[in-house]
Amino acid sequence: MKPARFAHHAPRTLEEALALLATHGEEARVLAGGQSLVPTMAFRMARPAVLVDINRIAPLDHVTVAGGSLRIGALARHARFETQVVEGALGTLLARIAHHIAHPPLRLRGTFCGSLAHADPASEWCAAALALEARMVLARADGLREVAAEDWFQGVFSTALAPGEMLREVVLPLPAPSWRGGFAEFARRAGDFALAMAVVGLRLEGGLVGGARIALGGIGGQPVLAREAMALLEGQAPSSALLDEAAATAARHCDPQEDMHAPAEYRRELVAVMVKRALRQAVSA
Amino acid sequence: MNWVGRRLPRSEDPPLLRGEGRYVPDIAIGARAVRFLRSPVAAGRILALRPPAEMPPGCLFVTGADMAGVQPIKPGLRRFNYRAVEQPVLPTERVHFVGQAIAAMVAPSAALAEDLLETCELDIAAEDPVVGFDAALTPGAPLVHPIAPGNVAVEGELRPEGFAETLAAAAHVVEFAFRSGRQSAMPLEGRGGVAEYDRATGRIRLSASAQMPHQLRTGIAQLLGMPEADLQVIAPDVGGGFGQKIALLPEYPVLVWLARKHRGRFAWVEDRNENLIASAHSRDQRHALRAGFDAEGRLLALEADILADVGAFSVFPTTCAVEPLMALAEYPGPYKVPAYAVRARGVLTHTCPMAPYRGVSRPVITFGIERLMDRAAAVLGLAPDEIRRRNLHDAFPARSATGMVLDEASYIEALDEAMRILDVPAFRARQEAARAEGRYLGLGLSVFNERTGYGTPAFAARSMDVVPGYEVVDIAMLPSGEVEARIGSSPHGQGLRTTLSQIIADRLGLDPGAIRIIHGDTDRTPYGWGSFASRSLVIGGGACQVAADRLADKLRRGAARLLQCEPSEVALRDGQAVAGAASMPIAELARLAHQRSELLSDAIGFNLAETGQYDPGGTFSNACHAAIVEVEAETGHVRVERYLVVEDAGRIINPMIADGQVQGGVAQGIANALFEEVIYAPDGTPLTGTLADYTPPTCAEIPEIEIHHLETISEATITGAKGLGEGGSIGAPAAIVNAISDALSPFGVDVAEFPATPPRIRALIRGRAPRA
Repeated sequence: MKPARFAHHAPRTLEEALALLATHGEEARVLAGGQSLVPTMAFRMARPAVLVDINRIAPLDHVTVAGGSLRIGALARHARFETQVVEGALGTLLARIAHHIAHPPLRLRGTFCGSLAHADPASEWCAAALALEARMVLARADGLREVAAEDWFQGVFSTALAPGEMLREVVLPLPAPSWRGGFAEFARRAGDFALAMAVVGLRLEGGLVGGARIALGGIGGQPVLAREAMALLEGQAPSSALLDEAAATAARHCDPQEDMHAPAEYRRELVAVMVKRALRQAVSA
Repeated sequence: MNWVGRRLPRSEDPPLLRGEGRYVPDIAIGARAVRFLRSPVAAGRILALRPPAEMPPGCLFVTGADMAGVQPIKPGLRRFNYRAVEQPVLPTERVHFVGQAIAAMVAPSAALAEDLLETCELDIAAEDPVVGFDAALTPGAPLVHPIAPGNVAVEGELRPEGFAETLAAAAHVVEFAFRSGRQSAMPLEGRGGVAEYDRATGRIRLSASAQMPHQLRTGIAQLLGMPEADLQVIAPDVGGGFGQKIALLPEYPVLVWLARKHRGRFAWVEDRNENLIASAHSRDQRHALRAGFDAEGRLLALEADILADVGAFSVFPTTCAVEPLMALAEYPGPYKVPAYAVRARGVLTHTCPMAPYRGVSRPVITFGIERLMDRAAAVLGLAPDEIRRRNLHDAFPARSATGMVLDEASYIEALDEAMRILDVPAFRARQEAARAEGRYLGLGLSVFNERTGYGTPAFAARSMDVVPGYEVVDIAMLPSGEVEARIGSSPHGQGLRTTLSQIIADRLGLDPGAIRIIHGDTDRTPYGWGSFASRSLVIGGGACQVAADRLADKLRRGAARLLQCEPSEVALRDGQAVAGAASMPIAELARLAHQRSELLSDAIGFNLAETGQYDPGGTFSNACHAAIVEVEAETGHVRVERYLVVEDAGRIINPMIADGQVQGGVAQGIANALFEEVIYAPDGTPLTGTLADYTPPTCAEIPEIEIHHLETISEATITGAKGLGEGGSIGAPAAIVNAISDALSPFGVDVAEFPATPPRIRALIRGRAPRA
C-alpha cells in the first residue's frame, strides 16, 4: 500500500497553483486535507502524476459571510464547522453535520471543498451542498466559472470539474429567517460512511412548508434530490402524517444501490427513516 | 508484603505510551523491502510467472522455482481422518486463494517493490473455485486438494450407543441451526518480519511479530533444511496476536531464505489489506443442534453437526483441525449432558486458511448452546436463568461428556451473582414499559466455561505431530541481587512481565522491580510454546513459581550458612533474609554467592540459578455474561446498554490486568456478535480488504464493561490462577444475540446468524407486526 510515484508541488499563491494545474492538466490533482485522496493513492486507485498541494496558500482558508452568502474557501477544514460558522439555522445544521464526518483527527485535516471535489457518494457535505443549493466556484489560470450543485455531481467520484480547474470556493446562499434544516444519517459505526442519509431544508411560513429541499446521500453513485417528496410538502402544513408520507415517497422513488453492507431494500427502508427524522428535526427546530 | 493480588501498574506500558516500543517496523528501517505478488484469483493453474523485463539494481524477484528444495508446510495430525494438505511456501503450479503469496519482490523501498510488482508477468488459468459450504460439499464438487475427497480435511464423530433412543425418549426436543460469520483476529499490528544475515557467524536473526518464536524457529529450520542453531528468532514488541500470529505462514521462511541466500537484511511489513485477506481467518462455521430435555427442563441428550470452513490450507503447527475439533470436544461446556453425539467436519474451500482466534470455536459453540437454552426455556416455560441452573454442573470434579475433568468452579454461583446484580424484575418492568412506546429492550445471558492452562496431556490427546504444553523457566539471581527469569512464553500485550514478576517477587521476598522477565528471544530463553490458549499465566506462571521456590531454597541455604541457623528458620521478605533477630540483605547474599563463593559453595554450589518446569492438566475458568441491548426496530440498529461479566478465574494475580483481558475480550466478542465479518464474492474474491469494509467497532460502540470476580481456588494449578484470556470473546456473542432475541420476542423471530447486522435484523422483522 504505497502510492505510485508522483511529483509534489507546494505553491504559495493561487496563481502558481493554477499555473501548475494548467500545465499538468489531467495528470494533476489538488491536495488539500488529503483524507480521501491519500488513501486512494495508497491503494493505487488514484494515480496522479502531480499533486498540487494548496496548504500553503493562506487566503484559501476562509469561511466568510458576504453578499448574502456563506463563502467557504478550499482550505476550510471540517472541524471549523463544528462550532457555528454563521448564526441561525444554517450554522446549526452545518455544525450538526460536521460532527458526523469521520473522526476528530480527520476533521482537523479534511476540507469541505475537498469533500465536494472528491464526491464520495456517502459524503455528508455533498448531500448538504445539494440540499442547500450550493454553487461551486471553479478557478483556472485564465478565469472563473460557477457550477450549481445540481450540475456538479456526475456519478461516483465524478464531478463537473475540468482538467486545469480547482474548486476554489463553495458558496451557500444564506437562507431566509423562516428556514430550518434537518439532518439524519445511519452508519454502522460512529464516523463511518453512512448507509443512507438525508439533508433537509425548508421554510415554515404561516404554518406552511415552502421551498423544501431533501437531499439523499449514501444510497447510490451520487447525492440526489427527493423531488417527489419535496413537491408533496410544498404549501402543506407539516403534520406528522404528511412528513411520514413524504418520507415514504422519498423511499419509494429513490434508486438505492445494493452492496455487501446493505441490500437495496434495506437502504430504501433507511431512506424513509432518515427523511422522516430529518424532516421532524427541521419542523420542530 | 504480598504482590500477588495487587493492581500493580504494568511495567510494560511506559515505553509503549511514550512511543518508544520496538516493533518489527522499527527494526525494519534500512533493510531491503520485500513485497509479495499475491494471487488475484481463488483457484487456477500458474501458466507464466516472470519479473519485469528491466529489474533495477538492488532488486530481486523470487519464485517457488528459485526456492526448490524448500519443504512444503505440512502440519500433521494422526486421527480423525485428517488429510495432510501441503502448502508450498511459494506455489509453482497452482494457486488456492485470493491473496496467496506467489512470489517475492525485493527492492530498496517498498514503493519501488510495489511498482515492480505491477509489471510482473503473471498468467493464471483460472478454474472454478469452491467457496462456501454448499459449493464444497455438493457431490461432484471440484476438489480443493485431491488428497481430500469431498473437500473434507478432517472429520470427527462421537456417537454413544443408544443415543437415538435417549433423544427419542425426551419430553421435548429443541432444535437450533445457525451460522457464524468468518472473522479476522485483526491485531492492531499486522504480521511482519526482518531477517538478517550475520557475516561473522553465518547465522540468521529473524525478528517477527509472532506469538510462538521457538516454534517459528523449529518450523522454519525444518522447511529450509538449515541447522536450527543457525537461526535466532526474536519476537520484539508485538502489537497483539489473538492467535493469528501462532501460524507459520509462508512469508517468514521466504525472508529467512532470502537472508541466507543473499546474505543481507530483508524486511516485510504486512499492510492492512494483506492482513485482512491473507493472514489467517476464523469462525466460519455452520452448526445444527438437537437437544432432548425432560419435562423439568433437564438436558438428556445433545446432538451437534458441525461444519467449519478451514480455508485452503492447514496452518502449522495447530492444523486446520483446531476449530472443528475444539467444537467437537467442548460443546457441552458447563452443562451436564448425559448423552452427547457429534460430528464435526473441517471443509476445504478456496479461501484464506483458518487459524486459532481468541476463543477458538468456543464463541461459536457457546452461542449454539446458549441460544439453545433460551429456546428450550421458551418451550418449557422456564426463565432463562432457571433452565441453566437446572443443567449446570454443581459438583466437582466433574467429568464432561467427552471425558474432560472439570475442576472446582462456580457455574451456578456466577449465574446467581449476575442475576442479583442485574435486578431482573426491575428490568422486565422497564422492558414492558418500553415496548408500549415501540422500543425494544432485551436481556441476554451467556454462561460458559473456558478450558485454560492445559499442558501436554491435553494436547497429546489431540494427536497432533507437534504437541504443545509444558513451560520451562530459567531463573537466576545476579551478583547485584536482581533476578532474571527467562521464559518460553511469549507475551504480546498480556502484561506478563508484570504478573510474573509479582509471582516471583512473593516467593523471593523481593520487590517486583528487582525481577526482570526475559522473553521472545530463542537465544536467551528456554524452549517453550509461546503465548496462546489462555496459558501463559497459568503454565509460565506456574513454572516461574517452581523456579522461584527452588531459588528461594537455595537462598535460604546460603543465608542459613551465613546467619548460622537452619535453612528452615530463614524467611525471605522485604529484600532481607531473616532468621529470628539476625538478618542480611538478599543482595549481599547474592554478591557473596558469586564473588565470595568460598564462603557458600558447599551449601549452594557456584550459582544462584534454577530451572522450573510446569505441565498442568488444565483448569476451567468460568463466567456468566449478561447484556442489555436496545434494538431499534425501524433500522435494525443494536445499542448495547449494559454489559456485565461475573468471572471466576481462580486467584487473580493482578486485578487490573485481569479486567483488561476481560474488557478486550468482550470488545472482540461484541465485534463478533454485531460488526465484523469477512465476506467473499461467489468467485472467491474477498470483499472486505479494508477497514471501511471490515468493520471493527470503535470505543463509541463498546459500552463500559462491568466486571465482578469470584475466586474459586482449585487444586488444578499450583498458583491457584486459572486463565482468562479468551473468556471475554467466548461469552459475548451469545449474550448479545440472546439479548437481541429477547428484545425482538414480540415479533416472534429468532436470531440464528451472527454478526447480527442491522440489515439482517431488519430482514427478520420486516413485515411483522409486534404482538401486543
